[in-house]
Amino acid sequence: MEMSQYLEVFIEESKEHLQACNEQLLELEKNPEDLKIVNDIFRSAHTLKGMSATMGYEDLASLTHQMENVLDAIRNQKIKVNSEILDVVFLSVDDLEAMVESIAGGGDGKRDVSSVVEKLKLIEQGKSPAGALAAAETAVAIAEPPQFSAAKSSYDEFELTVIEQSNEQGFHAYEITVQLREDCLLKAARVFMVFEVLETTGEVIKSSPSADQLEEEQFDHEFTVTIVTKESIDDIQKKVMKVSEVEKADVHAISVEELKKQAADVEDSTQTTVEDTPVLAEVVDITPPEAQKDDKKAPAKQSSNKTIRVNIERLDILMNLFEELVIDRGRLEQISRDLNNQELQETVEHMSRISGDLQNIILNMRMVPVETVFNRFPRMVRQLARDLNKKINLQIIGAETELDRTVIDEIGDPLVHLIRNALDHGVETPEERKAKGKNEEGNVVLKAFHSGNHVFIEIDDDGAGISRDKVLAKALKNGIITEQAGAAMTDKQVFELIFASGFSTADKISDVSGRGVGLDVVKNTIESLGGSVTIDSKLGQGSTFSIQLPLTLSIISVMLVEIQKEKFAVPLSSIIETAIVKESDILNAHNQKVIDFRGKVVPLLFLKDIFEVPVSEQGDEFYSVVIVRKGDKMAGLVVDSFIGQQEVVLKSLGSYLSNVFAISGATILGDGQVALIVDCNALIK
Amino acid sequence: MVEEMTADLKLIVFQLKDKEYAIPVSQVLSIEKVEHITRVPGTANYVKGVINLRGIVTPIINLRSRFDLEEEGYNDHTRVIIVAVNDMEVGLIVDSANDVIDISEDSIEPSPEVVGNVEADYVLGVTKIEKRLLILIDLEKVLNVDDIPGLSGNTEE
Repeated sequence: MEMSQYLEVFIEESKEHLQACNEQLLELEKNPEDLKIVNDIFRSAHTLKGMSATMGYEDLASLTHQMENVLDAIRNQKIKVNSEILDVVFLSVDDLEAMVESIAGGGDGKRDVSSVVEKLKLIEQGKSPAGALAAAETAVAIAEPPQFSAAKSSYDEFELTVIEQSNEQGFHAYEITVQLREDCLLKAARVFMVFEVLETTGEVIKSSPSADQLEEEQFDHEFTVTIVTKESIDDIQKKVMKVSEVEKADVHAISVEELKKQAADVEDSTQTTVEDTPVLAEVVDITPPEAQKDDKKAPAKQSSNKTIRVNIERLDILMNLFEELVIDRGRLEQISRDLNNQELQETVEHMSRISGDLQNIILNMRMVPVETVFNRFPRMVRQLARDLNKKINLQIIGAETELDRTVIDEIGDPLVHLIRNALDHGVETPEERKAKGKNEEGNVVLKAFHSGNHVFIEIDDDGAGISRDKVLAKALKNGIITEQAGAAMTDKQVFELIFASGFSTADKISDVSGRGVGLDVVKNTIESLGGSVTIDSKLGQGSTFSIQLPLTLSIISVMLVEIQKEKFAVPLSSIIETAIVKESDILNAHNQKVIDFRGKVVPLLFLKDIFEVPVSEQGDEFYSVVIVRKGDKMAGLVVDSFIGQQEVVLKSLGSYLSNVFAISGATILGDGQVALIVDCNALIK
Repeated sequence: MVEEMTADLKLIVFQLKDKEYAIPVSQVLSIEKVEHITRVPGTANYVKGVINLRGIVTPIINLRSRFDLEEEGYNDHTRVIIVAVNDMEVGLIVDSANDVIDISEDSIEPSPEVVGNVEADYVLGVTKIEKRLLILIDLEKVLNVDDIPGLSGNTEE
């Protein structure tokens, strides 16, 4: 069979399953007793195994198989979860990821996984992967299996309660083991028929393997169903046997007392070695009803899922086409204004409204939750915390916040830098934290939220904070500032120094960070995205890095202004307001012309001079000023006249002109001409 | 490369002042008339600005000033040759673009050493067709951003 057409879907889904594994594993690390999580991981791993085997990626399948065995042992409570085991499982997930990556990159997905497989096998056998034999553990592993032989399925508290209650109401609980014929082709169909029969006689409360697995034919020829019913054993057996291709149906009654005794046995034997098993009993007590419900709901949810997968490329093409349309819309608007024809104007206005709606929809379609970037951080933080011997609790808030895909693609690396920075320089070692009277575990909060036309991402740590003196001393040493300048700086200005290139205050250089390359790159990347970074820090209490990002990069609202005969566009996002200022109201301060604007002194920047615009006509005594801001700093851009507000498509100047001062890009106006977009961030220092 | 087997090379021939220059057709995307050029401030004097080339913002340089020849006003013959080199798309303003010719590669001779001539840096070689002397130019060098002050690394102040 030709598999290549499924390859893309396979890669996508594998990535999703691996991500799910990663997330659930981290969850499991926090709640080692929660078997529901193990089940989830198992399910992901199992699907992955099935898919990769079908696609013919043997290494992938065999490693997943081994991992699955370990997970199976965990969920059957043969092995207890500890960080050592999780490390190995994480390792194997890493290997799986690498293999999927290799397949995605056109490789064959082969990889030497023997060492990991070996470790997994050791774990499965109940031995410590490091080779150190934990006697107690093995004892449990060996001691437990017999308990599962009495009843074919093991029952949790919830199921026991159901059986108990139905007994009280005169129902019987039966365990039915159905064996299908060896040559049975449509196993899933037979299973379905058996279930249908059983559901008419009573209520199915459990099946082993689970209904999902049965549906996917993930069983040999035998499965076990537990039902509660009022009918007799014989009747049920006869009914089941009527389903064709059923070889054998064993029905036997089960009693609650017996099951309870078994459950107690399990607990007894685990208690001897594991002290916190009572917690396990509690956990099991709470979660299964949900798990049960989830299981039943899941298939229904899937069928009503109203989403489709669309290749990102197609969305990009759609966006490009729409951008062309926006340019033409601008042109039409201008033509209709010039012609001053009532009907034409109405039509154009209507079209503008519709294309505005269309724009919203297209932009929304390209929105991706920041989760896609955030979800790799828990793993990274876990690893880093281990490398650094620190205890870190990473909290993620607002992962559902959406951003344009173009921004998402770029934001990952800067965030990695900032988080590494927070872990390495921010949060102190447990000993230091203890000495300072803080909780040993450091908190790092990653928060994303919308505000206006921007998305904010904050990285907050409760670590040591930034030392003003240290930063200043370092900046002096590296010749970034002079002593006088340093003394006059506000704390915020001092903190911004750490974004200067070649700057690092870490006392010792570590693998993680501290080479002084990084924060300046972070700043540059974010500014090139049209965003900004600010730092807030209190010595001893922690720091907050706040990143402000535009929602989208491709279509922005601008104010068009005219300087002599040239047109420039100023992004609306940085404009506070516009004003007309009389020449006599302009003050001089140290060779800098300023105006008094609502009680604030705002420096004036004459774009005519900055952009060396050829002067052909003299202005009058009134100046048109666009007040723009960067953070809490303001400036007044002096132009000749305001043209108006417009939505424009942001275009780059081309790689030949990649770094022009104070110009962030260009756009094509309605008349087909190019207007440059002013970069207010570069103008305000 | 000169010694290689006889291979045909298609060249676009254009004129600057009184000399004829040539670039391989493979590097040329299109030839346009001069449209409205939007000036880009803070760039080298020969960067005339950007144009809207069917929806793509394309930088334009004046080849005359790039070669340190005196600039002249644009007229009906003035053309913009859009070239693509190393993923860069740039328009070159030339006096006129008037010919496409085929030459064999081995007819290219190394450029004569001319002292004190700026354009010599960008000359790949010369070729003679009947009585015309064509100067082959190296676009990569012409467009090399690194040795152009005020193009890249155009930092603050």
